[in-house]
Amino acid sequence: MAKLDRLNQGEYILWTGLGFTSFIGFWYLSDALGLVPKQFLPAPHEVVLKFIHLMNEPFSGYTLLAHIASSFQRFLYGFILAVLIGVPLGLLMALSKFANQLITPFFESIRFVAPIAWVPFAALWFGTGIGGPVLVIFMGAFPPVLINTYRGAIHVDKKYLEAAKMLGAGRFRLMTEVLFPAAIPSVIAGLRISAGLGWQSLVGAELIVASSGVGYMMVKGQASIQTDIVMSGMIAIGLIGLIIDILLRQAEKLAVHYKEA
Amino acid sequence: MVSSARFPSPTETWNAFKIIAIQGYGNGKLYQHVLQSVVLVTLGFLVSSSLGILLGILMGANKKIEAFVNPIFLTLRPIPPLAWIPLAIVWLGLGNSAKIMVIYVAAFVPAVINTFTGVRSIEVPQKEAAAMLGIGRLAYYREVLIPGALPMIFTGLRLSLQASWTTLVAAELVGATLGLGSILNQAAQDINPAMILVGMMSVAISGWLMTQLIAKAERYAMPWRT
Repeated sequence: MAKLDRLNQGEYILWTGLGFTSFIGFWYLSDALGLVPKQFLPAPHEVVLKFIHLMNEPFSGYTLLAHIASSFQRFLYGFILAVLIGVPLGLLMALSKFANQLITPFFESIRFVAPIAWVPFAALWFGTGIGGPVLVIFMGAFPPVLINTYRGAIHVDKKYLEAAKMLGAGRFRLMTEVLFPAAIPSVIAGLRISAGLGWQSLVGAELIVASSGVGYMMVKGQASIQTDIVMSGMIAIGLIGLIIDILLRQAEKLAVHYKEA
Repeated sequence: MVSSARFPSPTETWNAFKIIAIQGYGNGKLYQHVLQSVVLVTLGFLVSSSLGILLGILMGANKKIEAFVNPIFLTLRPIPPLAWIPLAIVWLGLGNSAKIMVIYVAAFVPAVINTFTGVRSIEVPQKEAAAMLGIGRLAYYREVLIPGALPMIFTGLRLSLQASWTTLVAAELVGATLGLGSILNQAAQDINPAMILVGMMSVAISGWLMTQLIAKAERYAMPWRT
């Protein structure tokens, strides 16, 4: 007999606490029993201590904060570039059949290349400083922006477009004053996806070609078998990814209000 | 306009393709690289996403399991699969086992989340009706929960496959002797743009073919949706 289970708040907290403690507990236990050498699996508190330590003590050239700053700067460049190109292109595709047919096949063939596979060309064309990683982030962040802008803009009620045309709006004003405002909620939903993919591609790019950044720090930690540094890098990447997502989710809420208003 | 040291011409690309297909490049011929990557991804993806679907169904069906697993899940989820690569290398070295580990991580999370969402999106009256009609435990899973969650499960599978493919290519770029990522790595070191392009095209085509297979399986598993 299948019963429909319900949990009251107390039980929920109990089981959640149990889950978290057993996760941490298991981690400590495998450490205490010496199942895994300490070098390969430092205890949770040691990782946290290392994380704090890295804030002040430079590793592979920079402190953790400086690594984060340089990663975040690359991310912003790639992300902003994707928005600046993706949004207008998506609007243009929604407005003009010709542009749509011109861009779609090109776009479709590029979309199937994993962003990370751009790393060799990125390094060859733009070097390993800022340009190379930015191209990789762009390749990750660009498709969702374009697709969501296009989808948002194509669902605009035809009446608005026709009314605007009748009143003598040119193509540019159709794009900026009719299609774009209508597409905003969809665009922002796309931004969230693209920020996630962009951030992830950045990590990949930094693992392979970069001379600073959190990914680079992790590779250096890996090379010298300092698991605590690798794990600190994972924490930093996770936290920043989370913060970016929370910010964009806030923006998404605002956009929904805007649509309803 | 563009020098061939930066971007290859179609002829150069064709020649590079012939070299890798016939003579081999970077420890193997093209089919060996493709086979290496595709087999690793398929095996890792199948095992990991089945486990993920199982956990997702259990979490969706049982609130206690959900409450128990959630904190662990929420802690690990923001870490992108690519960030596990250095850890996998520290733990397991540069061989196949490290790659299988990152594929597991990459494929697991989307499978769990989407299956869970799918099970939760089944409407309560439907569950209540099944319960009222005295459905057995096994039949409840087989006839209510799983079919109801199937569309979301397949969404999850597609995301899983994509994530594991990207992650594997990245892991091979970081260090491998065979596989599509290792072609890219070798070609980058040799500054051979034509070969880089061949590698990228192989990555894209293999990834695309695998997505097509999933779409086929989806149509087969859910004949009621066209």
